[in-house]
Amino acid sequence: MITFRINGAERSLDVDPTMPLLWAIRENLGMTGTKFGCGQAQCGACTVHLNGAAIRSCVTPVAAAQGAEVTTIEGLASAEGELHPLQQAWIDEQAPQCGYCQSGQIMSAAALLATNPNPDDAAIDAAMSGNICRCGMYQRIRKSIKRAAGAEAVVGVFDPQAVTEEVKHV
Amino acid sequence: MSEQVQENTQATAKPSGLAKWTRRGFISAGALAGGGLIIGVALRRGDRRDQVADLVSEEGDTLLSMWVKIDEAGKITAIVPHSEMGQGAQTVLTQMLADEMDANWADVSFVEAPAEDEYANGPLGKGYLLAGAEIPAALMATVDGAMHQAAKALVQQITGGSLSIRATGVAGMRVAGAAAREMMIKAAAGTWQVPESELTTANSTVMHKASNRAASYAELASAAAKFEPSNKPSLKDPEQFTLMGTDLPRHDIPSKVTGEAMFGMDAQVPGMHYAAIRQAPVFGAKVKSFDATKAKAQPGVTHVVDLGDAVAVVATGYWTAERAANAVDIKWTATENDTVNSESIRQQFRADLAQAQADGTSSADVEAGDVSGAFAAAAQVIEATYEVPFLAHSCMEPMNATARFANGQCEVWTGTQNPLGARYEIAAALEMDPADVALHQHFMGGGFGRRAMHDASIQAARIAKDTGVPVKLIWSRAEDIQHDFYRPSVASQFRAAIGSDGQVLAWDNIYSEKHEPVEAPVIPYDVAAQHIHYTNSSTHVPFGAWRSVDHSQHGFFTEAFFDEVAEAAGKDPYLLRRELLANKPRHRKLLDLAAEKAGWNQPVAEGHGRGISLQESFGTLVAQVVEVRVDQGNVSVDRVVLAVDPGFAVSPDGLAAQMESGVIYGLSAAMYGEINIEAGRVAQNAFDNYPAVRMQDAPLIETHIVNSGEAWGGAGEPGTPGIAPALANAIYQATGTRVRQLPVSRYDFNYRVNEPEELI
Ligand code: FES
Ligand code: FES
Repeated sequence: MITFRINGAERSLDVDPTMPLLWAIRENLGMTGTKFGCGQAQCGACTVHLNGAAIRSCVTPVAAAQGAEVTTIEGLASAEGELHPLQQAWIDEQAPQCGYCQSGQIMSAAALLATNPNPDDAAIDAAMSGNICRCGMYQRIRKSIKRAAGAEAVVGVFDPQAVTEEVKHV
Repeated sequence: MSEQVQENTQATAKPSGLAKWTRRGFISAGALAGGGLIIGVALRRGDRRDQVADLVSEEGDTLLSMWVKIDEAGKITAIVPHSEMGQGAQTVLTQMLADEMDANWADVSFVEAPAEDEYANGPLGKGYLLAGAEIPAALMATVDGAMHQAAKALVQQITGGSLSIRATGVAGMRVAGAAAREMMIKAAAGTWQVPESELTTANSTVMHKASNRAASYAELASAAAKFEPSNKPSLKDPEQFTLMGTDLPRHDIPSKVTGEAMFGMDAQVPGMHYAAIRQAPVFGAKVKSFDATKAKAQPGVTHVVDLGDAVAVVATGYWTAERAANAVDIKWTATENDTVNSESIRQQFRADLAQAQADGTSSADVEAGDVSGAFAAAAQVIEATYEVPFLAHSCMEPMNATARFANGQCEVWTGTQNPLGARYEIAAALEMDPADVALHQHFMGGGFGRRAMHDASIQAARIAKDTGVPVKLIWSRAEDIQHDFYRPSVASQFRAAIGSDGQVLAWDNIYSEKHEPVEAPVIPYDVAAQHIHYTNSSTHVPFGAWRSVDHSQHGFFTEAFFDEVAEAAGKDPYLLRRELLANKPRHRKLLDLAAEKAGWNQPVAEGHGRGISLQESFGTLVAQVVEVRVDQGNVSVDRVVLAVDPGFAVSPDGLAAQMESGVIYGLSAAMYGEINIEAGRVAQNAFDNYPAVRMQDAPLIETHIVNSGEAWGGAGEPGTPGIAPALANAIYQATGTRVRQLPVSRYDFNYRVNEPEELI
């Protein structure tokens, strides 16, 4: 039995401990926001957070999550349902195209902003180059990250109203 | 339904006497069909609402035409016959309908049309692949062939060919919106007993200014529905547009940032198992025998299915199935292609081209002027051979489908570019009545032409039928790359004759392999003598439409060779293009814009290069200027300045997104994309040997939009073909090496060489 917290809720699974976390999340827990793209740590579609760090769940055995905190795209918005600043920025920049890579892109970006609230282009390249977007929306993803970083710099917790207010006052 | 097909087949099989392929020509050809193609599809002659009512409307809905319905609360729903793969088609088409209808955007939403015959768009699509293009007379035979295909394609519901806006939008959604608006006006005129001419519409409301009366569309809906929708309502002029030409947020985006969007991969069917598959590595091979003892012994494995040319392993989880599939020992039959490889294919092309030249057996696309005379009189003749490899689509979401077979009925859940076609093909494969097959459409994690094919859906249906359990079939990335329908490998040989004054006298081009669009190898430049011809040189590698189809190779070939011509003529490649576009002001203006925005006149630093290209495809013009830096042999693409003229940009931001996407897709292929054949099979199997551009390699892309007012063109594909030649031209400036083969990664730019082919 493997027990971990996922998006704040404790879950126990009776599965092969060597099975990749990706399939535990998608099939055993029925949370399909995390995607399968390659199964070989080459595309980033399966990116989730394990104790806050971005990992490729397709090559991470579910046993590695024992006792850990896992966050998926479904757990990124606040408990009240308020979107994460990155999710809002992704909408504002109309970043997704087909959208299939975007859960992974957003999770990689969220891990980046958690440690580097104002990443420059080189930091964005370094953090995001493990995530392929076959629709080629890199320019919009980069802009979205910068937009969200700006928003976080202005207010700790994202509030669109507050951002507008702050900007007005400046 | 079958009656309809036959009528149209007869009517469209020989559109004889059609000298010029224009949109009007197509409509009248279609109108002959008694029910027609354009009219028949956009708004079929005769009122088809009864036939579709059960399919798309719910209690309380009023169906105004087969493309739009309105409910009692005034909610307006467009019924959109195209699939969403991120190109934003569904939002844009809804925008077109809502604008013509004068609907309040806040009241408007859409549903995807069901996979039913009434919503087929095949002929519409095929016809518009050609519409508006200036096609040389020599191509008309090919066009007739395409027409025949169009007729066969009636039971298709294709999203492809960059058609959503230019065909369905222009001929369908706008017409439907305008017709709905007219019906509202008629209803109000009848109720108030006032002339229709005194009524105006805005924000889902009909108004009569003189008497200060107003009625909402919701109030008028049931009266309006009594009128038959007009086939020829009056459409707005662009100055009257309120929604078209503005950026409206795409409806599909919010669910794509929260993980809620349901792709085919995410379909959930109670009790479903998961299947992994191993397909014959050599195309055409069959399963000779297999030993699944070890696979079956693994806990969780429930079935092993022989599909004839593949073996599927079914288990309670995908990872279990995939691991067990590795343990199946499969022997494949030998085929005549077991020794074919990329080099033998390349030799075959060269031999076939030489043979066709020698025998004069090539087929002509264009024959103009006195080609042999021009070469005889030339001061200079230049020659070059260009080649491109096979390419896979490599959608982000690997191929997959979920199927359930019970009580003689089959249901399939998948994301497809052609839901109706999928239904028919699944039915045919399982020898069922199409009425017993249901297709549940999902978002597509990339399409690019790949998801117009239904192989995975058919496999899933067969596995579900064979095992009796609902099954989700997922292809591994390796299966996805190795069992695609590929952009063909093509060779193209050029000769150009140049006069002593630097004048381009003749353009002679022969290439292998021809598909669509027929005009792809045609150049826009004013060269008096031209011979553009081809010979077929087929391989066992399956062909598929790959974003921009034949333009993907000919865009590279013609626009890169053009720079060689310019150099031989002693002219700047931009200025020579300009000079030879004197009679094409639309093209010239766009080229000028790209050159100006890119600072073409500015000097280029050592080790840097700037290249230009112009490409007309799918009714849209795109000019690109690419800037590269070559440092110790490494090519980096820094900036792409792109000017696009789609006639009219319905959604400017959506168009820009398509240009960015098209450029990156084309750039991945140009830089690193090659599918090699070794011992009859595909050598590549993962993103590390079939790479894609990543964040760190992605150039800055600036898009400049020109609304020329010409016929509206497509958006999904036209951004792709122009990047490779502009890149090759820029690399030449930076390194002195002509890139005549793709991908660029084959070259070593640490050395300056004149004949790169010999080095590889
Ligand atoms: S699916 Fe995990 S990196 Fe591609
Ligand atoms: S949006 Fe399609 S792969 Fe990124």
